[in-house]
Amino acid sequence: MQQRKKKRKQALLAALFLAPSILGVAVFMVLPFGDVVRRSFFDAMGESFVGASNFRAVWENGAFRLAARNTLRFGLTAIPLLFTLSFVLSLLVYRAQKLQRAYKISLVLPMVVPAAAMVLVWRIILCADGVLNQVLTRVTGKVWELDWVTGRTAFLVLVLTYLWKNMGYGMLLWLAGLCNIPRSLYDAARVDGAGGLAQVRYITLPCLRGTMGLVAVLLVINSFRVYREAYLLAGSYPDQAIYMVPHLFSHWFLALDVWKMSTAAVILMLLAAAVTAAGKAVFCIRR
Amino acid sequence: MGDFCGIRIFSRIKATACTAFLGIACLLACLPLLLAAAASLMPKDELLWRYLSPLGIGKAPVRAALLPSYPTLGAFGELLFWSPGFFVMFWNSCIQVFPMLFGQLLVAAPAAWAFARLDFPAKRVLFGTYVWLMVLPFQVVQVSNYLVLGQLGLLDSHLSLILPGIWSTFPVFIMTRSFEAVPDSLLEAACLDGAGEVRAFLLVGIPAGRPGIAAALVLGFLDGWNALEQPLAYLKDVRLWPLSLYLPKIVQDKAAVAFAAGMVMMMPPVLLYLNGEGELEQGVAASGVKE
Repeated sequence: MQQRKKKRKQALLAALFLAPSILGVAVFMVLPFGDVVRRSFFDAMGESFVGASNFRAVWENGAFRLAARNTLRFGLTAIPLLFTLSFVLSLLVYRAQKLQRAYKISLVLPMVVPAAAMVLVWRIILCADGVLNQVLTRVTGKVWELDWVTGRTAFLVLVLTYLWKNMGYGMLLWLAGLCNIPRSLYDAARVDGAGGLAQVRYITLPCLRGTMGLVAVLLVINSFRVYREAYLLAGSYPDQAIYMVPHLFSHWFLALDVWKMSTAAVILMLLAAAVTAAGKAVFCIRR
Repeated sequence: MGDFCGIRIFSRIKATACTAFLGIACLLACLPLLLAAAASLMPKDELLWRYLSPLGIGKAPVRAALLPSYPTLGAFGELLFWSPGFFVMFWNSCIQVFPMLFGQLLVAAPAAWAFARLDFPAKRVLFGTYVWLMVLPFQVVQVSNYLVLGQLGLLDSHLSLILPGIWSTFPVFIMTRSFEAVPDSLLEAACLDGAGEVRAFLLVGIPAGRPGIAAALVLGFLDGWNALEQPLAYLKDVRLWPLSLYLPKIVQDKAAVAFAAGMVMMMPPVLLYLNGEGELEQGVAASGVKE
């Protein structure tokens, strides 16, 4: 009896504590989101049910295809690169005996710096008269006068700025996983005569399986933020090579194509769920 | 013995290579920041001589430098005293970020406490929903938020950024993780002293969960200060724009102060990071590590 009363009291208290949060989340996220799902099945005026025809229309839309393809291409290039590079860096930082803090700070700083504050620096490096071309001219002996941001090379630029910005984030995620591995495991392995690489192979990697899945999922989600850099570097109408899903959304948004946005949002959400599920399945994260 | 020496030399070389790799990576990470810092200290004529084409005024080869030849704080002075537009935008950024953080604190802390410490039906489902909402990219909720804000008559006001920001589920997630780590014994001691559940939360939970709260606030500040998508979508009125939208425009108006403006904009987050390095790392770690 006492037990049940206590349980009731706890539930009541929880409701009290949660109410402000749940109310706001409902108003700003859940309810409008329900509206979006509804709109994705209705016509442009939001009045009559049209079934899956919106999905077909968006799926066949040329701009959507281009944006989806580019986003996928970007993800498949940048994320694996960031995934492995940040892992290597985190290992090196973890093992560094001196200056560990300095390494960490200098790798994380780019993540902290607002993208808008860096636009001019990127131009110094990447414009036709810029540093990169000068270096390339000196190294190759040929004259380079490429404007890296406006042409097809924009894709490369975007990948590199993404790496620059998020390396610290990835590194911190890995580092958190590394710090959870008990030191005694390494000591035991060293006694057994395992070298540095063998320790990574037989201790670090197996222990980090859960972290791997999470890092992968978080990086995929974070990759959408690259729109900030893309927008700041190349504006709302960039080269076709970096026309991504967020660009598409902002154009539909300007035209107030609500049904298209709603439909694409639902598709995107399903994809996000699929990515998360795949990440969980592949690396079998235990909860 | 000779074999032993060989191994020693080999491992020395390996260690040097690792340090070199790490050093180069750190250098590459910091180089753009150093370029920006140097440029912000240059007088106007040096800027024009070095960076004519990046500033979009003319065309001449860039002469990049990591140290200004004639360092001066002139650009900062001009920015602070003769650029009222910059002040307005800086103030806008503050208005949009700080109330949002305060609101997050008020709303998210009790919710996180409930998730971490109280037992109630449907807890897992609810928490799962929160995590899922946290994970969605902004574009997914952009249009729905826009419609709600329009109905509430909040578009084109600071509130259109503040209100949805307050109910971001990310701080709830981070704080929950740190409240879970509060030792039971602390709370039991509070209960023995006759504190009710609410008092235990306020007097024991909040101080003990401070690292998580700080981490959520630091990450929230960084996100809010850099916000681009939200103001771009919800603020048509240029006078309400935050720094992050205004900065790219300043180049057209006043090239000479553009670098200084960038430095002033990155100062708050950089100083915050250097002061609260631990908090940020903890926050990132908390969002990444699951048991």
